[in-house]
Amino acid sequence: MFGSLDWSTLQQFWWLIVSVVGSLFVLLTFVQGGQTLILTVPKTEAEKNLMVNSLGRKWELTFTTLVLFGGAFYASFPLFYATSFGGAFWVWLAILFTFVLQAVSYEYRRKPNNFLGQKTYEIFMVINGSIGILLIGAAIGTFFTGSNFILSDYNLSRWTHPLRGLEAAFSLFNLSFGIFLVFLARTLGALYLANNLQQDQLVPRLKVSSFNNLLCALPFLLYVLIRLVTMEGFAVDPQTGDIFMQSGKYLNNLLEFPLTLILLLAGLVLVVVGVGLNRFTASVRGIWPAGLGTVLTCLSVFFLAGYNNTSFYPSKYDLGSSLTIYNASSSHYTLTMMSYVALLVPFVLAYIVWVWRQMDTEKLTDAEIAADKKSY
Amino acid sequence: MIEAIDAGTVNWARATFTLTAMYHWIFVPLTLGLTFLCAFFESIYVRTQNPEWKKLTKFWMTLFAINFAIGVATGIIMEFEFGTHWANYSWMVGDIFGAPLAIEGIVAFFLEATFVTVMLFGWNRVSQRMHLFSTWMVAIGANMSALWILVANGWMQTPVGMVFNPDTARFEMQDLWAIISSPVAISHFAHATSSGFLLASLFVIGISSFYLLKKRHLQFAKRSIAVACVFGLFSSLFVAFTGDEHAYITAREQPMKLAAMEALYDGMVPSGLVAVGLMRPGVEPGGEEDPFYFKVEIPGMLSFLANRRFGSFVPGINDLVYGNEEQNILSVEEKIDRGRMAVARLADYKQAQKNDNEAAAAVALAEFDQHRDYLGYGYLESPEQAVPPVGITFYAFRVMVFLGTFFILLFLVYIYLLEKQQLENRPWVLKVGFFSIFLAYIASQAGWLVTEVGRQPWAIQGLLPVNIATSNLDTTTVAISFFLFLAIFTVLLIAAVKILAKQISLGPEGE
Ligand code: HDD
Ligand code: HEM
Ligand code: HEM
Repeated sequence: MFGSLDWSTLQQFWWLIVSVVGSLFVLLTFVQGGQTLILTVPKTEAEKNLMVNSLGRKWELTFTTLVLFGGAFYASFPLFYATSFGGAFWVWLAILFTFVLQAVSYEYRRKPNNFLGQKTYEIFMVINGSIGILLIGAAIGTFFTGSNFILSDYNLSRWTHPLRGLEAAFSLFNLSFGIFLVFLARTLGALYLANNLQQDQLVPRLKVSSFNNLLCALPFLLYVLIRLVTMEGFAVDPQTGDIFMQSGKYLNNLLEFPLTLILLLAGLVLVVVGVGLNRFTASVRGIWPAGLGTVLTCLSVFFLAGYNNTSFYPSKYDLGSSLTIYNASSSHYTLTMMSYVALLVPFVLAYIVWVWRQMDTEKLTDAEIAADKKSY
Repeated sequence: MIEAIDAGTVNWARATFTLTAMYHWIFVPLTLGLTFLCAFFESIYVRTQNPEWKKLTKFWMTLFAINFAIGVATGIIMEFEFGTHWANYSWMVGDIFGAPLAIEGIVAFFLEATFVTVMLFGWNRVSQRMHLFSTWMVAIGANMSALWILVANGWMQTPVGMVFNPDTARFEMQDLWAIISSPVAISHFAHATSSGFLLASLFVIGISSFYLLKKRHLQFAKRSIAVACVFGLFSSLFVAFTGDEHAYITAREQPMKLAAMEALYDGMVPSGLVAVGLMRPGVEPGGEEDPFYFKVEIPGMLSFLANRRFGSFVPGINDLVYGNEEQNILSVEEKIDRGRMAVARLADYKQAQKNDNEAAAAVALAEFDQHRDYLGYGYLESPEQAVPPVGITFYAFRVMVFLGTFFILLFLVYIYLLEKQQLENRPWVLKVGFFSIFLAYIASQAGWLVTEVGRQPWAIQGLLPVNIATSNLDTTTVAISFFLFLAIFTVLLIAAVKILAKQISLGPEGE
């Protein structure tokens, strides 16, 4: 079935898969966003515990999606894996460290004799939700602004900036992208919690919080969008594979490939609708439209970066070294085999939804947390 | 030319990988086994509906959860470390190596991640059967992840199912099934997971023995021991069986590793197995010195284990390094020569292509093809470099096998005493049982030391030496990353151990 597809189709297909996993990850960063809300939203210890426990039943899913995102990128675009991780070394390590800290925080937070103290584990959660997400955003920003690396004849990479990736945070575009993601995650976190909890004082505050966080996200989003449609982009000559700078490249991509534009606009509208629903009506179900909207928006960002003869991981140091979905991918055979494996993904999604629904039929209450000695 | 990377960088990168892998492996084997034990306990509860068994199940699940969190934390580093610290590796073999990692995420990690929440928090939210099902799914998910990562590791030990593509300068996959079904991978999987079962059984037995010694939770402890003993005995027998099987495979696929495991310098017909021995430090290949101060040998036994025939030839380190015509073994020097030819012709090929000189490219490629199997050797500096550190490999192997045999006896003693209702009255057995928790961890780590140290200097056996596999980083950067990992993981380990100790001292009544 897949074996008869030509290589470039498979490469495009795999960019789609990576985009979907990446977009689902961004949706699931509601966990990270929620982790930062524990600083501002709860008024009592019990409220905080309730929030942490609600998020704690989902954190593994977000984490595993990140792991899968890494694995899928490795299998399908190994040159990106090698170049970016081995090159932008400190950004990736910093991101990973925040996830390492997060992984133990839920379980250890309120366990007796936990060595570091409850406060420390909560700080870990906040770091993961703020710095972790900010840096992920900055890293995605480099898909458009480029990085500093060069490839040898043997496709082995060398990073040319001494900060090894941290320099990405000095670009206003990348930084805005990161801050936007942080506020988006907080928005989603508030929406998720409002829907998942049964607590009369907390939920109204969460509903307001999602709105306020979206307001904070907007200026950064606007800046990113304006820059995106006005900036020069890294284009690929489909005949020769040469990379060159093209003005209005990403605007062109939106216009020449209108699906991207539709996804982007529809996605943003849905996010606004979701937040509006929670803010201005009695509903707490805004997470659904906003969640879908987030996925669509992210898909459009990935599409912009990878499709339509664009370099998705450009090098500003040496244009010729830039990575495209055609020169960075696995072999035809590997992509074919992995495509068969990917047929399992819908099945995995199905059982996740099935289990999630069974677990979430009843909303989480203070009483349940108080009764369970093993709660987070 | 693919440049060899500064030795300082390579060594720090190796140290970093060793550190993180060994930390990860502190937590993984307990997860592999304890999830199954929890599934057994819960199955008994569901069958008997005795609330005591539910309490028991919940207690062990609490300990599991504490261990699991840090297992996951150390795991994510491992995955991305291939990119950050082994970037050249990730490009040169990513076409093959990435696949099992991605498959692992899809088929294993999500099972674990999804059902672990039900297992820990679903007691009153889902039906009893659904809960039991979830517990089993966690166990299966954990062990499935072991399968895929060991397929990846097995492939590094004995690469199959791929070909070198000179145009992209990387190895490309040709046969996924050959990689998955490789005997090395399967044997790794069988041995490593069962050693995890063994370790978890000892963990349960050890903690229960502690309660018996303190005269606390007697009924609880004996029930736990009863299940863990049986599981442990079967696992330990299987561990010994698969370990022997693995050594047999290693004799074929990685003879140099086997020679290092046995500190066998000169191959002999027949070769004896060193049961105990003290090695002379600083013995070099090709030297005249006896590598041992003393040793106790079982005659002919190594020949039997390696080839299933007493009186067969087992090549030693010197045979493998300097060649042995009688046995048809090519010297490493010869392999290096051929490898360097391959490296040079590959460079010619690249150059000719750049100059659009197709004729020259074709000639270079044809010559490259003649020597391509030795490409990796072209990057070794001397024949002696092909020898792994013999001391660690030799002793680690002895420690593992000795402890493995001892554990079988220990399980038998426990089963016997439990049957005779005498367990509480044998404090020294209980003390040994408690202490064996630590021995299990030592055996388990020793196993990986044998496997991985014995593979040196290769990242991919015979194809890719470590000195070209790392990222293009300066030594300081990699060294800093080492100390960061060391600091963070050590702090988290201390936290985990303190929390575990507290939960153990609270006991099942803490439920
Ligand atoms: C509790 C842990 C434990 C115990 C008691 C044993 N092992 Fe083991 N062994 C491991 C834990 C382990 C391991 C950590 O799980 C390894 C490392 C890689 C692997 O697949 O399993 C391993 C690897 C390993 C290898 C592979 C070396 C290679 O890669 O070539 C061999 C030949 C053996 N073992 C042999 C044995 C024998 C004969 C045992 C006798 C009873 C034994 N092991 C007990
Ligand atoms: C989890 C238990 C493991 C332990 C304790 C372990 C231990 C080690 C050790 C001791 C080394 C360095 C040897 C030396 O430099 O002398 C090493 C290197 C390495 N191991 Fe493992 N290992 C483990 C699992 C794995 C697995 C499952 C893989 C692959 C999937 C793997 C891949 C590597 C790589 C890439 C290196 C670096 C290259 C090299 O030095 O060969 N390891 N590991
Ligand atoms: C280089 C090798 C390895 C890599 C890259 C790796 C990667 C990972 C990652 C990313 C996680 C977190 C998964 C999550 O999100 O839940 C994890 C956890 C886990 N890994 Fe590893 N791993 C390696 C070695 C091993 C080995 C050798 C085994 C077993 C034989 C193993 C078994 C597990 C298990 C059972 C977990 C669940 C968490 C726990 O430890 O309790 N891993 N690993």
